[in-house]
Amino acid sequence: MIDLLWLVIALPLAGSLFLHFFGRYVREPLSGWLASAAIGGAFAIAVVAALPFLQGGEEATTIALWEWMPAIGASFELLWDPLAALMTLVVTGVGTLIHVFAIGYMHGDERFHRFFTSLNLFAASMLTLVLAGNYAMLFLGWELVGLCSYLLIGFWFTRPTASAAAKKAFVVNRIGDFGFMIGLMLVFATFGTLSFGGVFERAGSELSSGLATAIGLLFLLGAAGKSAQIPLYVWLPDAMEGPTPVSALIHAATMVTAGVYVIARSAPIYELTPFASTVVASVGALTAIWAASIALAQRDIKRVLAYSTISQLGFMFLAVGAAAYVAGIFHLMTHAFFKALLFLGAGSVIHAMGDEQDMHKMGGLRRRMPVTAATMGIASLALAGIPPLAGFWSKDEILAAGFARGGWYYFLWVIGLVTALLTAFYITRLWVLVFLGEPRWDGNATPRESPKVMTLPLIVLAVLSVVGGLANTPFRLTLEHFLEPSFELVHLQHAPDDWMLLGILAGLSILAALGGGAAGYLAYNRPPERWRRFEESFEPLWGAWEQAYGVDDLYGAALVAPGRRLAEVSAFDFDARVVDGAVNGVGRLVRDIGEWARPLQTGFVRNYGVLFLGGALIVVAWLVASGS
Amino acid sequence: MVPVDWYMGLAAALFLIGALGMLLRRNALVMFMCIELMLNAVNLTLISAGRAMNDLTGQVAVFFILVVAAAEVVVGLAIIVAIFRRRSTASVDELSELRG
Repeated sequence: MIDLLWLVIALPLAGSLFLHFFGRYVREPLSGWLASAAIGGAFAIAVVAALPFLQGGEEATTIALWEWMPAIGASFELLWDPLAALMTLVVTGVGTLIHVFAIGYMHGDERFHRFFTSLNLFAASMLTLVLAGNYAMLFLGWELVGLCSYLLIGFWFTRPTASAAAKKAFVVNRIGDFGFMIGLMLVFATFGTLSFGGVFERAGSELSSGLATAIGLLFLLGAAGKSAQIPLYVWLPDAMEGPTPVSALIHAATMVTAGVYVIARSAPIYELTPFASTVVASVGALTAIWAASIALAQRDIKRVLAYSTISQLGFMFLAVGAAAYVAGIFHLMTHAFFKALLFLGAGSVIHAMGDEQDMHKMGGLRRRMPVTAATMGIASLALAGIPPLAGFWSKDEILAAGFARGGWYYFLWVIGLVTALLTAFYITRLWVLVFLGEPRWDGNATPRESPKVMTLPLIVLAVLSVVGGLANTPFRLTLEHFLEPSFELVHLQHAPDDWMLLGILAGLSILAALGGGAAGYLAYNRPPERWRRFEESFEPLWGAWEQAYGVDDLYGAALVAPGRRLAEVSAFDFDARVVDGAVNGVGRLVRDIGEWARPLQTGFVRNYGVLFLGGALIVVAWLVASGS
Repeated sequence: MVPVDWYMGLAAALFLIGALGMLLRRNALVMFMCIELMLNAVNLTLISAGRAMNDLTGQVAVFFILVVAAAEVVVGLAIIVAIFRRRSTASVDELSELRG
């Protein structure tokens, strides 16, 4: 089966190409089912190919497909190890469910097949990224997912906000890519190859710690762009302009985890640089609490989830920075389940409300949409970290591992704990505002439960959100043993061995989750006037959160406005005046000389004759005068 | 024997007639004839000077000039005929498209 692994990338790519060229001849639901079948097939192959790892004892294999740039150790080769296998399973598994959901969600869109073309292309690109056997191929996938993200955020490009958001995502990611690319050049300059095997085996002996720090920080810049961390997170909330399945698949479950994946994959480099690792963890923790506080006050249901995603990605960065790579990847997996579910649930709600996203205009949807309400409730509990749901195990493992690391990480652990409290609060607020209380929507809206093609993926994801955490509990570390071969070159940070300490840490985080959840429930399960007053009592802090601390305005004033000014000066002053002026000046000079010389050409033959005669006479006179 | 000065005088007179005709007349055909007149005035000076100095170079040059002039006449006349066919006139004042 391992020989067929290339099909995991080829199937979605083929689906994308087919829909690109022939999609318009395929009627509406069929093109969606074709795309779903392509990625579903990839999932099936990945499952079969991953089975040997579960049984244990299987070696990581590299499958060379063909030469690309042999001089830099870059060929099309697939690295099939437990980490790649897990990422592939998450991408294809969650991806398949979201493809199916999108068939219902995109119903009636005039560019239905185009949507699935891009979605399949995204799947192929993301799989290229996670299956790559060297940094060059990884970077290829990295850029391709950026492109797909751009295409899908701007899918409804006739809306100015959507195309602006797509551009913003692309430009902000470019800043990160710049750092990532320089990091790759440093790697190549040091090792003379970009292949994972070549780099990681020699990293311990050949990489100086200064260079490792430089590479680590540059990779962090790239990862911060793709995974929406401070200071490059601003594109993700705007990316919610895309269709909701896109938000679920790309901007919650898969693409944004690419940064976490790259750092985990580069673990042998971070192993050499505790400083860069600490920066990664600190950026993660800071992003986690920063974004969680913003999520508290958002009114738009998708923006709450977007900031929540940024915050949860911060947790993953905290984990991989603390060298708790398994915990980070574990949280990546469980987060993919419940965050995809939350987004799809939000999509179901938005779909039912006729594209209304303001939570102040929802309420009481529990009776109208029981399946959505129940599944989103499960996902909310999982996100809040209520045991025994998935989010509890993974988040708690991150916090426990951070605590076990000690030193500066105690402080990060406190931040994580406070973030857990805020998380429970804002997600409870979201669920209560949407599903409980009295309806606050307009009289003419008729919300109704979504069709089966949409609710079925919700139910599957809800089941995964419940049982997903059991993959790696302190009692049975299945995932850790599964992933260990991928991290044999590094020292993994584990949760404390002491059951007593572990119990206290878990108890604290359960307390935080319950406290936040209870506060959210009590604050919002009241008439609107009451919770409005509750929100106002937090002014001016609430306003700052609602405005996302004004970071967009700050970036606008500090970066975008000067950039625009530079562009305007270049275009309208330098180019239009100086460059065009020089060119036009030469033209005008020639034209003026022509104007002046024109009257010489009278068009009368006798004028030319006289001149000719005069000229001849002068020559004769000169000859006579010179006396020859 | 007629002194060479007379030939030179005749050539000068012919050249002057040709030049004035060239400058004053408008008919392309007449102007063309005037040009030929000037050409032959020069030929006359070459032959006379050659004869006076007992040098054959002058006469050889005239033969070359005659051959070239014959070819030139063919082309020039063809152009004039073509212009006349096209415009029903051969007045050079009408032909002033290249006026600046």
